[in-house]
Amino acid sequence: MIEVVDSLEAVMTKYSLVTAFAVIGLTVWISYFLSARLTFGRLHGSAIAILIGLVMAYIGGVVTDGTKGIADIEVLAGIGLMGGAMFRDIAIVATAFGVRLEEFLETGLSGVLSLFSGVLVSFAVGGMVAFAFGYRDAVSITTIGGGAATYIVGPVTGTALSASDEVMALSVAAGLVKSILVMTMTPVVAPWIGLDNPRSALIFGGLMGTTSGVAAGLAATDPKLVPYGAMTATFYTGLGCLVGPSIVFLVVRALV
Amino acid sequence: MAIYGTALLSVCLLVGLITGKLLGMAIGVDANVGGVGIAMLVLILACDRLHRSGRMQPPTESGIVFWSSIYIPIVVAMAASQNVRGAITGGPVAIAAGVLAVIVCFAMVPMISRIGRRDVPDGEP
Repeated sequence: MIEVVDSLEAVMTKYSLVTAFAVIGLTVWISYFLSARLTFGRLHGSAIAILIGLVMAYIGGVVTDGTKGIADIEVLAGIGLMGGAMFRDIAIVATAFGVRLEEFLETGLSGVLSLFSGVLVSFAVGGMVAFAFGYRDAVSITTIGGGAATYIVGPVTGTALSASDEVMALSVAAGLVKSILVMTMTPVVAPWIGLDNPRSALIFGGLMGTTSGVAAGLAATDPKLVPYGAMTATFYTGLGCLVGPSIVFLVVRALV
Repeated sequence: MAIYGTALLSVCLLVGLITGKLLGMAIGVDANVGGVGIAMLVLILACDRLHRSGRMQPPTESGIVFWSSIYIPIVVAMAASQNVRGAITGGPVAIAAGVLAVIVCFAMVPMISRIGRRDVPDGEP
């Protein structure tokens, strides 16, 4: 019996990406089944699938003490590859197939506006929270503010300003909280914020900025909106890393 | 052949990522600036040209469409490999910063949608 389990494990580990396709396929199937039978389509199947994914990630984190969610369990390591930047980016780019260029360009100005306001507002909100919790030095305030932008902007800003490890870890956690909330809450708030057309999706992507959050949040709301949100979101982290250690830091230092 | 579509998609992504990387270097940032966005624009332009000249065959298209159709499963895998435990155990500062940033940014979506829409009169659906 043990030999059977061992050989099963050996095959699943060796063909980890294939295992991932099977596991994720099963997850999606269960999610769409639950969506149709339990919620009568009110909660979209993809939203349930993403929620199950996050729960799996939490379990993986608790079981292994790692940082890659369920992918830290050896036989499921392929999920990390399947959900990693390489596959994610090629799939996001593919969603742009069939989109008309005019639809992107029409929103040009508000897209740029949403990017700048999204980055600056996140820095401001994160910085204020840091201040409220007793952080008084400009480096920590800016780094935690960067985390409220995305979990990449935080540590990049922190490294540039030589923030402490503890503050860097906080900024990554803040970015993760944001990304997970955007994934799960977007379909819920979409009707209230008018997120039902390419224009508002572009603005949404620029304001939120977390590529993974926007990618999953829009997929669960309306997959047709994905390319628009993803388009602006992809400029967000770069912009955040640009203004964080420079303009934002100088402003924060002048204020505290 | 389907591989032509997938190859086109891959070339677009690589072109975008390299451009984004160079853009980041040019402005002195250690991040990819808009690589995926640029790749999307390149793909849209390339497909548009191929369509116009009639060189885009249905099998070629299928090599691109496949990737966009497994987008949601990929996102599910992405969700499953997030550091959710790290987010939850990040403490009150991290949670407050993340939650408030999301609430404020959600609220700003309708605001900015209104600002940019100058050509449409108010009250128009």
